[in-house]
Amino acid sequence: MSVSIQENDFDVAYELAALRSSSSKVGALVSFVGLVRDFSNDGKIENIFLEHYPGMTEKALNKIIQEATDRWNLLGTCVIHRVGALLPNDQIVLVATAALHRGEAFAGCEFIIDYLKTAAPFWKKEQTGQGARWLETRDSDVQRMEHWRSQAKGKST
Amino acid sequence: MKIELVYFGRPGERLNVSRETVDVPEGLTTLAGLMAWLRTRGEKWEHELADNRVRCSINQEFSGLAASIKEHDEIAIFSPISGG
Repeated sequence: MSVSIQENDFDVAYELAALRSSSSKVGALVSFVGLVRDFSNDGKIENIFLEHYPGMTEKALNKIIQEATDRWNLLGTCVIHRVGALLPNDQIVLVATAALHRGEAFAGCEFIIDYLKTAAPFWKKEQTGQGARWLETRDSDVQRMEHWRSQAKGKST
Repeated sequence: MKIELVYFGRPGERLNVSRETVDVPEGLTTLAGLMAWLRTRGEKWEHELADNRVRCSINQEFSGLAASIKEHDEIAIFSPISGG
């Protein structure tokens, strides 16, 4: 599993090729790429700025990936999250998972990005014509995490 | 008791601080107590560090306000997270 927090952009094809070659058992690869939108409630986004907590962010991501790996028997994972100044349409985050079958790869990928939203310390500031605004955890993201939590509970009983 | 404070997101920007070492008064043993003490620094601090505006971690683990603090802890103060 690989985790990277970086200012530089990433090449999805390159990362998927690396993940594909990590094990000959891989039967499914799933990737999610998050992008900077050009609109928000405050209007047109000029740019965004992303900050993280060096040390804690990596630790939190590793924990999330470990949980996904155990739960869906993932054969490999790749998470890249960018920080610093980004423009609309830029790539922000890549989550890729490799598994024996597509079901596990899809579920593991969705779990990682959903958990990342509520458990990995990143802060995003949007700059629009109205000024700058720090975004906060959205209720819909919290609900998605609770959904995964309740599923895990259901499984163990 | 000396404690390391680090700030991220909105409070870091608005209070114009990223890291500082503070010597907290004796008898101050919880995160809630630390935050209340920091809020006495002035109106801006009172506003930015209001309980409903910030979240905290102790030694890089998310922590609630009732958590205990001890010498040399690294305490982070930040706005609710928003990655991805």
